[in-house]
Amino acid sequence: MTADAHERLADTVRIEGARILATLVRTVGNLQVAEDAVQEAVIVALRDWPHRGVPDDPRAWLAVAARHKAIDILRRESARAGKEREAVDLVELYSPDLPPDSVVRDDQLRLIFTCCHPALAAETRVALALRTLCGLALPQLAAVLLTSEAAMAKRLTRARQKIATARIPYRVPSGAELPARLAAVCGVIHALYTAGHAPLSGPVAYDVDVCAEAVRLGRLLHELMPDEAMPAAVLALLLLTEARRSARLDAAGELVPLLSQDRSRWDRGLVAEGLALLDASLRRTGGIADPYQLQAAIAAEHARAPSYAATDWAEIVRLYELLMSVAPSPAAALSRAVAVAEASGALAGLAALEEIPASARWHAVRGELLAREGRFVEAVAEVSASLSGEVTGPERRYRERLLARWACQSSGSMGPAGGSWRPAPGR
Amino acid sequence: MAQYLALTYTADVDWWAPEYATELAEYRQFGVEYADRIVASAVLHQTSTATVVRVVGARGGEVITADGPYAETKEALTGYYLIEAEDLDAAIAIAAEIPAAWGGAVEVRPVIVAK
Repeated sequence: MTADAHERLADTVRIEGARILATLVRTVGNLQVAEDAVQEAVIVALRDWPHRGVPDDPRAWLAVAARHKAIDILRRESARAGKEREAVDLVELYSPDLPPDSVVRDDQLRLIFTCCHPALAAETRVALALRTLCGLALPQLAAVLLTSEAAMAKRLTRARQKIATARIPYRVPSGAELPARLAAVCGVIHALYTAGHAPLSGPVAYDVDVCAEAVRLGRLLHELMPDEAMPAAVLALLLLTEARRSARLDAAGELVPLLSQDRSRWDRGLVAEGLALLDASLRRTGGIADPYQLQAAIAAEHARAPSYAATDWAEIVRLYELLMSVAPSPAAALSRAVAVAEASGALAGLAALEEIPASARWHAVRGELLAREGRFVEAVAEVSASLSGEVTGPERRYRERLLARWACQSSGSMGPAGGSWRPAPGR
Repeated sequence: MAQYLALTYTADVDWWAPEYATELAEYRQFGVEYADRIVASAVLHQTSTATVVRVVGARGGEVITADGPYAETKEALTGYYLIEAEDLDAAIAIAAEIPAAWGGAVEVRPVIVAK
């Protein structure tokens, strides 16, 4: 088996494992036992399948194997502790049949809501989603979330203990609870995508595509709750962002700002899908747009614009203002300032920056706007200041290239050459 | 059915002072409304009446007492309800009806049930 084929097999086993887990959690009534059982089954599959061949129905094989492992674990536990676990659905556990798809779908939704329960800390929800919903292994998880394996293991163990001890229920929240709980789930999926798309600092050193995982979860949630507006909006936002991902870096892995991106490299299929989802989501919303709809609408404006110059910046400013009215954040305010600079000039952008607390990105944006005004000495100082914070490798090298150019320009002629510099709005 | 302790954290006040009569009535109303879910409850005197007790070394050691609550915080532990609920969501729903939830905060903790 080639390395490529092995990787594909590993992905299949991981994704099928996560699907089986959802049903097994309900059957054994315990997340830890179910996860251990699925993991043991996955290990056997990855050990045997490459040389014995993949079974005809890998999903069924894994499901049955995981059930047997669960029975073993429960037996070991009851022998040790001298007690039977309550809430184990023995009939289903010993049944030779696989549950119908409709049951699996309900189980998947239950597991999503449990892992994203607001009684768990926000970082814990993201970690659980990666481990439990995406089936990532501990080392991958630690690399993605920039922490140690030991710390990650501890966090997950605590989370599973809290779910069991505090009785976080394994069910889909009903009517009145649903909006807030759904918002928490969408928040986790968005945070996952962000974790993969824009790691705060350091080189990208993990072998799993977290963005693709977030998109997969986003698709699953939308498929499970097709009539809800928020999952459609989150998926639209993810797809519209994902469509531009490959154009963000050049062949050498260097950052390409939006201004210079080759728009023919944007994935038009994803753009079309994202736009349709956004439309569908907006049609289901009566009143004020939610933050994901607004962010997706901003991404849609960029996706629709034939070029950077032809972008409807006034509309983007308006959308950022709406976003700040429903979900104020320094990041949204900064992006609005960048859009203001494009719509009304660098001076207007600089004025908008005055009202926003300084951060690494704030300094970077201010530096680029100052350079456009030909104020290279100040621009160099600002971008230098932005490099003292946490920055990704490509972002750092991009800013260093700007610094090198401006340093030349500030010592040489102070002409209007800086007018060609545009900050990259958003990410 | 599981048991949860809902600890109320609010401003450290004298609940019997006339200006808290309305709030106290709200607590009483909660108590009546959820009578079948409340196993036990108590309202505490102000933290200025609290004493912290420690024994040096092991049992029987020197008893050291100190004035004041165990932890000085802006919001003080002012009471509790021991409630019964089928799961955390049900417990949260009940806790959200305790007036402390909007006047301060309610901490919900699962109780270990003796086997």
